[in-house]
Amino acid sequence: MKVLERLNDMELGQRMLKWVREKAARAADRLGRPAVLMEVCGTHTTAISRSGLRGLLKGLVELRSGPGCPVCVTAAGDIETMIGLSRLPGVTVATFGDMLRVPGRDSSLERERAAGARIKIVYSPADAVELARDNPGTEVVFLGVGFETTAPLVALSMKQARDTGLKNFTVYSVHKIMPPALRSLLDRGDINVDGLILPGHVCAVTGSKAFKFIGENYGIPAAVTGFTLVDIIDSVNALLDKILLKDSETSNNYRWVVKQEGNVEARRVLEECFYTGAAAWRGLGIIADSGLLIREELSAYDARIKFGLEVSVSAEPAGCRCGELLRGSILPTDCGLFGRKCTPALPVGPCMVSSEGACAAYYRYERREVAK
Amino acid sequence: MCLGIPCLVVEVPDKQWAVIEAGGIRRKIGIHLVGDVAPGEYVMVHAGYAVEKLDLAEAEERIKLWEELLRFESAGKAE
Ligand code: SF4
Repeated sequence: MKVLERLNDMELGQRMLKWVREKAARAADRLGRPAVLMEVCGTHTTAISRSGLRGLLKGLVELRSGPGCPVCVTAAGDIETMIGLSRLPGVTVATFGDMLRVPGRDSSLERERAAGARIKIVYSPADAVELARDNPGTEVVFLGVGFETTAPLVALSMKQARDTGLKNFTVYSVHKIMPPALRSLLDRGDINVDGLILPGHVCAVTGSKAFKFIGENYGIPAAVTGFTLVDIIDSVNALLDKILLKDSETSNNYRWVVKQEGNVEARRVLEECFYTGAAAWRGLGIIADSGLLIREELSAYDARIKFGLEVSVSAEPAGCRCGELLRGSILPTDCGLFGRKCTPALPVGPCMVSSEGACAAYYRYERREVAK
Repeated sequence: MCLGIPCLVVEVPDKQWAVIEAGGIRRKIGIHLVGDVAPGEYVMVHAGYAVEKLDLAEAEERIKLWEELLRFESAGKAE
């Protein structure tokens, strides 16, 4: 069997899990409760839900989601600005598909599109650059949503636009970086986390060293984690080992992708195109130095400047508990609207919209489990 | 959102773009961030760009370690 398939081999996963469950029982015994491990990556949220791991470790390990879905953490005010952008004459908004249905105060990009706004779903920021090139009569604005994994690619797209003299391409950057968000979350101290499952593809850029502070400053162990079944169980195992040994080091359990130093070129491109500033996160509020803003040298590609955008502050949808969910203090099923008033077909909050949102993942894969 | 897909590099026409294959589909992706890649290598692709090269030997090693651990453990139990 090819190695990539082996990494998702159920039979191997089950044998590993048996071993891990024994260890988890010891850790739970030691702690007097199930160990709480938090992941902070939407792709982990989905992978964990889909694999059924949460249920298989129930009572021994509690797997929680934190602020790891970039669509979900986008502040309500930024959503309003994006909707406003789509209403500007001559503008075509290019976006990853997950943004489309995020509800704003009284509209969404999807509704704007139905009402005639030009909104194009793209798979890559490079596709948005191409769209601008092919449509010189229109202003293409790319919605820059995403963490350290995505932002370098958006940086490359701005450079491409500059190098080819494109004048009708801009980016509305709400890119965010993960370490300040984790600091803010851990500083609040309103959640008990025994270990952190670190976002593998963010770490592919930042390197595992960017997260060393979790052990050093907070005494919490962390493991850089991949997305296959074997990768996730391997990290859970490593975190349980650390909990049992009272070791709080950050380990790299995703070495087949993540280098200790990360991707130096990706960080260079980030540095070249963005600087860090305060950013508003849904659920976490404003966090200093957590947003990636476009540098002055590239201001011709900054939609904020070109269109004189002002970011409004907007309230989150009534009754929606996405904020608490993103802080890891509740589970989707704790929200009174979950599965009743709020479903993927008629979402109230972003955590039910994005395919990587915790509410959507629970609804899709774990609803029956919950109903039991 | 940070979803990455392991892809096989099939063609490298220039220094910035390559053709990859995954699940029978071919696509052009940017290789700006990963330096030289050659056909036959694997890369992790996110939103149309390779974000890192894959070290499949390392993955194989990790699986081997687990197999040994589990074999050792079940042998221990059988005794
Ligand atoms: S179930 Fe819906 S309303 Fe409740 S927290 Fe999730 S997205 Fe918000």
